[in-house]
Amino acid sequence: MNSGDCLLWVLYASLLALLPTVLVAIPALPIRWKRSLGFLLTVAFCLLLIVVGIHALASPALHASIPGPLTDLAWQFTLDPLSGFFLLVLGSVGFAASLHAIGYFHHGSQSKLKQVLLPYPVFVTAMVWVLLAANAYTFLVAWELMALSSTFLILVEGQDQRRQQAAYLYLLIAHLGALALFVAFALLSHGDLISNGNFQRMAQLSDSPIVANAVFGLTLLGFGAKLGLLPLHAWLPEAHPAAPSPVSALMSGAMLPIAVYGLLRIDWQILPAGAVWWGPLWLGLGLCSALFAVLYSALQTDMKRLLAYSSMENMGLILIALGLSRIFAEQNLWPLAALALIAGLFQVLNHAFFKSLLFLGSGSVLHATGTLEMSHLGGLIRSMPQTAFLVLIGIFALAGLPPLNGFASEWLLLQAFLLAPSLPSGMLRAILPLAAAGVVLVTAVAAFAIVKFYGIAFLGRARSAVAKQEAGIWERASMAFLALFCVLLGVFPGRVVDSLSHITALLLHGSQIAHQSALALTPISAQRASYLPGVFLLGIALSIAVVFVLVWWRFGRSLRRAPVWSCGFAADYSAQTQDSPTGFSQPLLRIFGVSLSTLRNRQGGRNTLPVQIPDPFWKGFYLPWGRVTLWIAGGISRLQHGRITSYLLYSFLTLIVLLVFFR
Amino acid sequence: MTSLIGWRDQCFQILFVVAAAPLLAGWLQTVRALLQNRRSAGILQPYRDLFRLFHKETLIPEQSSWLFQFAPYVMFGAKIMAVAIVPIIANGLPLASAADVIALVGLLAVARIFQVLADMDTGTAFGSYGAHREMLISALAEPALLAALFTASLLARSTSLVQIVHLSQIQLFSIHPSMVFAAIAFGFVLLVENARIPVDNPATHLELTMIHEAMVLEYSGRHLALLEWAAQLKLFLYMTIGFALFLPWGIAAKPSLTSLVIAAGLVLVKLFFAVVVLALVETLLAKKRLFRVPEFAITGFLFGVIGLLSHFMLGS
Repeated sequence: MNSGDCLLWVLYASLLALLPTVLVAIPALPIRWKRSLGFLLTVAFCLLLIVVGIHALASPALHASIPGPLTDLAWQFTLDPLSGFFLLVLGSVGFAASLHAIGYFHHGSQSKLKQVLLPYPVFVTAMVWVLLAANAYTFLVAWELMALSSTFLILVEGQDQRRQQAAYLYLLIAHLGALALFVAFALLSHGDLISNGNFQRMAQLSDSPIVANAVFGLTLLGFGAKLGLLPLHAWLPEAHPAAPSPVSALMSGAMLPIAVYGLLRIDWQILPAGAVWWGPLWLGLGLCSALFAVLYSALQTDMKRLLAYSSMENMGLILIALGLSRIFAEQNLWPLAALALIAGLFQVLNHAFFKSLLFLGSGSVLHATGTLEMSHLGGLIRSMPQTAFLVLIGIFALAGLPPLNGFASEWLLLQAFLLAPSLPSGMLRAILPLAAAGVVLVTAVAAFAIVKFYGIAFLGRARSAVAKQEAGIWERASMAFLALFCVLLGVFPGRVVDSLSHITALLLHGSQIAHQSALALTPISAQRASYLPGVFLLGIALSIAVVFVLVWWRFGRSLRRAPVWSCGFAADYSAQTQDSPTGFSQPLLRIFGVSLSTLRNRQGGRNTLPVQIPDPFWKGFYLPWGRVTLWIAGGISRLQHGRITSYLLYSFLTLIVLLVFFR
Repeated sequence: MTSLIGWRDQCFQILFVVAAAPLLAGWLQTVRALLQNRRSAGILQPYRDLFRLFHKETLIPEQSSWLFQFAPYVMFGAKIMAVAIVPIIANGLPLASAADVIALVGLLAVARIFQVLADMDTGTAFGSYGAHREMLISALAEPALLAALFTASLLARSTSLVQIVHLSQIQLFSIHPSMVFAAIAFGFVLLVENARIPVDNPATHLELTMIHEAMVLEYSGRHLALLEWAAQLKLFLYMTIGFALFLPWGIAAKPSLTSLVIAAGLVLVKLFFAVVVLALVETLLAKKRLFRVPEFAITGFLFGVIGLLSHFMLGS
């Protein structure tokens, strides 16, 4: 493939990938063909994205321009290492999600398939266009397309009131963010989006510090809304559970990182060197967001809500890495900034793999049992053994256990934190290790949450819901692909770090980390810190094998299955005596003092006590803002009283004002 | 160290630690018995217990899965790997460059998570108790452990245990205030992670007060023997990590056999005194309620933070 044509190939392919949208509208095709062909086209497109992404990581930047609606306004695209990396992430998640979707929508009706296949390719293509966009116009159009198509995808599973509210909230916050981005672009282009809209042109224009700070704040608002940053996170725990699992995987693994891409593209490449407080702001916000999210993820009872809060926590960790990198870059400590940035980008890649694995796994659970409520599940490891094993690998990756991939990026981040003594500022030098302790607490509570996720749903005995069958072959294949890469990325992190160095060279004035060997991770020097995951894996496997062989050889006798002892309480042995999900996290709740609201409902003679864990930001942030907005709107509506004479007076006054002040 | 001699030392270290861990547990029981005016069962009792357990029949619960049977081997294997990495008798062993302190903590987390998952696999109420309490308490102890390890690594400008030990051995008699605080924080973490009083009573028979013991309730025979041995290894490991970070004198830097034997003897002497201190702590304190344990863990964390801050303020 000729390098120069790479970008054009991707653009043409993205148009071709919209074919399923057309296909599904043809009534003559049989439904199985539509489903398989539609999703397989997306699978092929995502494979192309993976190849192009890997290729672009090591190649110089490519540009393309397609004439647009106005003579001066063109669709401009660019493919550089940064876009290439995020295309790789999108391609991997899209590949797995689309494979899974073939099996997931197997029993869907014709209309449901139409509801999915219309927006789904548009969603993937819109994300590709956002990543390739080179001017503000293309970026914003693709951004809006992404938000709209995902809103319709949320409504696929049904249109009950909860889903409608989730879709509405998601669209509202996405539009608020898009508005902030629009103003940011307008400021960056000095008011002339048509001639100054190109990103490279924006980078050449100089901005006063006030404008730069304003743009920084607006992009934080805009991309933070998409990242799920505090306090604009309310849509995340509603939208992810409402959408079907392949879509949730795509949203969490591919769409959230696009906000990270936006932050890197605009706040790093386009804006000039920023103020000193930008890095610490990102770090602080990321830490608060991660702490809040991980605590709430440990308290959830719905599997997908737990994963949604966990995604928010991972995005917080990524923002922490970016903030740390910014702090080092401000002091011109380029190699250290490169290390922190690589840690953040590696975390993006790892999160895409293990989080989508877990989302797809919960989709298979929903398919087999009909519910995602953990208080009904249990014992799935016996009825769905292969799914349980693959999800177990995702669990280990999320919990940050060596030698899988989650640990590699966490290790790099902690190493970056330990370089804090190189900073000249005494206060930062003292605070950064405390932030590192915060990161460690976040990872530890995340391990708590994910052990709860796996232990209650998959282990033990079934509480009330029983799995009817194992997951389908498509579903298992997609999860196996993701699990395999969780292991491979963990055992060969040196390769990943080397590829990511191209991005740091792009963003950090050419600084890179020393070349890593394939098997060892020695980011600064072998003396300073070294981690050999291959040796780890071999060592553990060897020790386990040796122990097993020795014990079996000397003391081996066949095992006998007996009723569980349970300290003699096995007589009344209902499955409900196991911990419920709320009971499992009750000590955490009590320690961190989250307020719990329980509602008492009388339903036909039986009392039910549903336990809800309300998000404090609803009462403290969203509802007051909602009330203020309604109050303002109520005040303005008093102008609309229907008398035409007043309306004529308003027009006359406006005309006079315009003539006087804006002649 | 040349490769073959290095591997010989590596195997010697692993075999020594695996053989000596029950001795450590036996000595701890003996000292506790002495302090509590009881007659101990003898310093070799853990060996007799292990022998008895290995020869008993092994039962597994009817409704458990492969995780339950696999977990004891994973725990023991992970602990052996950790023993191979930490410089207990010799510094600069071949496997030591595979992991630094952060990876070591991750390795111990592998063992812990496998045990917790196997515990939930039994499907009993006590299994869930042990699991969530263990995960909660270890989550709270992680920041404290990290603060202590960070302080130690800031001084040596490296997270590699080999470097930390090497540096401490060079500066023979200098005491750094930050290291003192880090050592106290590490002591707190040792009590939390090894399920000692005041966090958890390892000799309790009351199920509702168990944290660590609840996780081994359903195990029997050779599985239980492996788990008990792994717990003894964990205590040995934590103590020797503490020695490597804060009292590394005596760890062999040269690959000769005599220095290895001397180092082994020195480790036993250090453990002798450390166990006496531990037994005193266990006898004089009472077990805390579960909801008082976070305060205990946070106190450890605060000591670690003071260590970090004193490093930055005093430059040592």
